[in-house]
Amino acid sequence: MKQFIEGSHAVAEIIKLCRPGVVSAYPITPQTHIVEDLALMVANKELNAQFVNVESEHSAASVVLGGESTGVRSYTATSSQGLLLMAEVVFNIAGLRLPLVMTTANRAISAPINIWNDQQDVMTVRDSGWVLLFAETNQEAVDLHVQAYKLAEDKRVMLPVMVNMDGFILTHGMEVLDMPSQKEVDKFLPPYKTTYKLDVENPLTMGYLADPDYYLEIRYMVQDTHKQLLDIIPQVADDFKKAFKRGEGNGLVEGYKIEDADQVFVAMGSVCGSIRDVVDDLRAKGKKAGLLKVISYRPFPKACVASALARAKEVAVIDKSISLGAFGPLYTDVMVAVSSLGSEMPKMSGFVLGLGGRDITKRSIMDTYERLFGKQVDCEFIGLKQELLVEDK
Amino acid sequence: MKEIRIHARAGQGAITTASILGYAYFSKGQYPYAFPHFGAARMGAPMNAFVRIDDKPVRLRSQVYNPDYLIVVDATLMRGFDCYVGFKDDGIAIVNEREGIEIPQPRGKQKLFMVPAGKISTEIMGKTLLVNTVLLGAYAAATGELKLEDMIKAISDRFGDKGKAIVDMNVEAIKKGYQFIKDTPR
Repeated sequence: MKQFIEGSHAVAEIIKLCRPGVVSAYPITPQTHIVEDLALMVANKELNAQFVNVESEHSAASVVLGGESTGVRSYTATSSQGLLLMAEVVFNIAGLRLPLVMTTANRAISAPINIWNDQQDVMTVRDSGWVLLFAETNQEAVDLHVQAYKLAEDKRVMLPVMVNMDGFILTHGMEVLDMPSQKEVDKFLPPYKTTYKLDVENPLTMGYLADPDYYLEIRYMVQDTHKQLLDIIPQVADDFKKAFKRGEGNGLVEGYKIEDADQVFVAMGSVCGSIRDVVDDLRAKGKKAGLLKVISYRPFPKACVASALARAKEVAVIDKSISLGAFGPLYTDVMVAVSSLGSEMPKMSGFVLGLGGRDITKRSIMDTYERLFGKQVDCEFIGLKQELLVEDK
Repeated sequence: MKEIRIHARAGQGAITTASILGYAYFSKGQYPYAFPHFGAARMGAPMNAFVRIDDKPVRLRSQVYNPDYLIVVDATLMRGFDCYVGFKDDGIAIVNEREGIEIPQPRGKQKLFMVPAGKISTEIMGKTLLVNTVLLGAYAAATGELKLEDMIKAISDRFGDKGKAIVDMNVEAIKKGYQFIKDTPR
């Protein structure tokens, strides 16, 4: 049913429809509304789950790790410093092959303290083995959560999935979306069953020591699953499209006016919406611009990205985070993907925008476009206030 | 596409106001995107809420820099800050009037409506809790964007779970805000 609803409320609603048995979370801006709503739903008996209040994100992640290890569908959400405090457990959840779904309301990292949106937080757990998906709209956030459980619990996968949504812009943004019914979600997402669980009748140990004779293979198997996910994600996205009659792209990436584009923006998350408007503005002036939206950041769809960019002359990779001392993380990955094109490789430029909530306007996106025709840049900050860059003597 | 910028202090209900406005537009088949922007993230600090409305889903995620319509919930914000920054040439501003605060005059074809929302709210319920609702009624009348019934429906749906007394007071506030503008000579 079509609703006008805040992103956080929509996520809580769709999680309820996914019927988790354990929810544990610690509030942190801008994720708080999601777990507040879920706590209310549990208290009102709309959701038959245990809501476990904890004293920190480290404990929240540990509780849902516990929930999943006993074979119960679980859920948590966090943001920024909360994700950093969870980090140790986040790596464990993937290493234990537990199909948890978590929402990250993307926010900047301290210091200095900053509650506003960028995508630096998720990058700290980029290499953890989690599947990392990025939503452009609140509709996509809702739809990705349903697909996230389906993917995570697929016996070929058995890995946790994180749905990233831009803090405030989406979590606190109210827009029109179509909320599926309980019946539709139940049909798409059957109850979770696993034989691989902690059970007093059939005791087993999880995550026991793997010495140098074993560890390498265990890591390889996670990497191999991610490779298989490049086929599984499009299958699940396709099933979703058939069942819910919506969804763009192949689950990994989505192109917008990219078929004949000479200049292509590559980006993740809500900024893709603003880029679509810029692409249309440029098209109206006869410029062949396009957008490649990366939905699945891990696994990174190297082949899709390369083929989508094969025709482009210039590419602007927009990062809302930075690997300080190197480049924007997305830029690095896209560079590896296009390197397979050899002499056909487009001119690749990397830009960092929107850190700490600096507003990304159409003008700032146009700035990146205009710089595509000058000297090649690999990590250009857009919108710097030069007057603030004076060094202390 | 139309863009609305609300100026308020954190805690004065600007987000609720934006959500009710958005809901009213949604109810007549349009696609609003309503969102807040916090400054210092502290109660009482200046903040904005925005609504962007179109006939198709809104994709632009930036803040609103060139509003068609302005709603100023707290006139004290206009003391050291120009709320008219980027305001469209033919824009319409609705300001909650406050004694002793001088409001800068708009330019050109811009229209400014001063609404004694605090006074109207106090007349209805003895408190100023209905200020935002009065301003919503005024918005509908001043802009012609929404009908009185649209706003009444939106406020009734929004506060429906709070009981009849609350709904009735809010409906009265909408009507009085609306009527105040209708009675204002132009």
